[in-house]
Amino acid sequence: MNLQGILAIYRYEMARTKRTVLQSVVSPVVSTSLYFVVFGSAIGSRIEQIDGVPYGAFIVPGLLMLTLMMQSLSNASFAIYFPKFIGTIFEMLSAPVSFYEIVIGYVGAAATKSMILGAIILLTAWCFVPLRIEYPVVMLLFLTLTAVTFSLFGFLIGIWADNFEKLQVIPLLVVTPMVFLGGSFYSIDMLPEFWQTVSLFNPVLYLISGFRWSFYGSADVNVWLSMAAVTLFLGLCLLATWWIFKTGYKIKK
Amino acid sequence: MCKLLLPSLSAYSAVTDPIISIQGLTKTYASGFQALKGIDLDIREGEIFALLGPNGAGKTTLISIICGIVTASAGNVTVAGFDIVRDYRKTRAMIGLVPQELATDAFETPLATCRYSRGLFGRKPNPAHIEKTLKQLSLWDKRNGMIMALSGGMKRRLMIAKALSHEPRILFLDEPTAGVDVELRKDMWALVEELRRNGVTIILTTHYIEEAEAMADRVGVINHGDLILVEEKTALMQKMGQKRMVLDLADPLAAIPSRFAGLGLELVADGGQLVYTYDTQAERTGITSLLNDLRDEGIRFRDLTTKQSSLEEIFVSLVQQGRA
Repeated sequence: MNLQGILAIYRYEMARTKRTVLQSVVSPVVSTSLYFVVFGSAIGSRIEQIDGVPYGAFIVPGLLMLTLMMQSLSNASFAIYFPKFIGTIFEMLSAPVSFYEIVIGYVGAAATKSMILGAIILLTAWCFVPLRIEYPVVMLLFLTLTAVTFSLFGFLIGIWADNFEKLQVIPLLVVTPMVFLGGSFYSIDMLPEFWQTVSLFNPVLYLISGFRWSFYGSADVNVWLSMAAVTLFLGLCLLATWWIFKTGYKIKK
Repeated sequence: MCKLLLPSLSAYSAVTDPIISIQGLTKTYASGFQALKGIDLDIREGEIFALLGPNGAGKTTLISIICGIVTASAGNVTVAGFDIVRDYRKTRAMIGLVPQELATDAFETPLATCRYSRGLFGRKPNPAHIEKTLKQLSLWDKRNGMIMALSGGMKRRLMIAKALSHEPRILFLDEPTAGVDVELRKDMWALVEELRRNGVTIILTTHYIEEAEAMADRVGVINHGDLILVEEKTALMQKMGQKRMVLDLADPLAAIPSRFAGLGLELVADGGQLVYTYDTQAERTGITSLLNDLRDEGIRFRDLTTKQSSLEEIFVSLVQQGRA
């Protein structure tokens, strides 16, 4: 294994975050804080508790998941798309690194960045709303699995995209609606029965539900079902990665 | 430019000769375009090999396959006896590539990008080597500035520094002096010569025939995906070279006398010069008899010069033959 190669990619990507700290760290923290202020304090104080949890605290897992998913996607997709766009990918393709080592380097860095961001947002949330984490190990497991899975998904989008519009289309037009309709700001029990059934077809619901369970011990769906969903999605992303690297799709001519 | 102090040949493991062996290499792109049509070529260790060819001839495709950027349709390539597909880690670790395009991360620094290149190629950090390489390429003073602030020539040197960061045994230079000024081009030539003296095998593609003429030990000409010629440069110029003898006439001629028809004489400069083209390798050049016949005809001349064909003329001639 080319450990130096993996480390080189990982360090290079982490260094890029330092250069763009406003965009990478400050911006998501500010926008998430605004959610806490608006939905948690201003509107939340007028909303009833959900499953015994104040509304401001109820939305924290959903907001964390929202940031985690979007940041993992954008970090990883941009990280691999940018070398393709400016032409520096030639160096990686001509280096003695395997495709799996490239994935570990890029996905590892993207997941690390979004998890650091998640931790910062969690600390920020503590300043605004009363929080408790009943199952911290499960919370960490969900956090890690989601960050890795969505970073891998973002990496695949970055490989597939051949222009900036394609790079944005899935995160903005597919993932964002799924996250918002996946119970980030509400429990599906609050929906009419028909829409509850429709929501069960949204895979993001399972991730947010499982993550919220690790905080408050209550969830829209069984936590094992949530764990199975994130594992299945991870498996699908790994399968797609394996196929891309086997065929050289959009990488090698 | 400072002297390069790359590891000598003895620092490397024993290798077979040739260092690169290409057999039956073909490449057909998804569009159906056949870029390479069964290339066979051996590159010797320590030589400078110039690959010449017009645009779209297949030069970059050939280099890209050896470096692992493009997948071959058929054929085999070995580097120091290792297969480029099966033993790609070993072969790629030996190779440095300077691409034609100045592809760099504009927001990164020269120091960071060289460290990155070294790590990517599996080498442990060696700040001393990176410092030495950047100094040799006159980039040390710019090491902490953004790459976007570098001039075109500096970026070109940075691409070389990156390629040398992991101390390769083989260096591919794809159009290394495209778009650089004359002074920098001469610097590059000196650099390449210095690398060769340190045992690095160099394969370069170029549009500047004078570059190949000045540096190369051997020349390969590729056209429409076929390697149409591989030859020692000096032997090629001797073998394929034609000479032109130019006679400055004392009195201009209106036309070439009929007795000289069939000799291939040309009348130029408004009849003031007579040009005779002859093969240096022929048993008889025909010079003596021509001069005697001119004297008999009463055609006098004031001066006589001869000129050897350049590599460029040979190259153009080969490519035109290929088109025909």
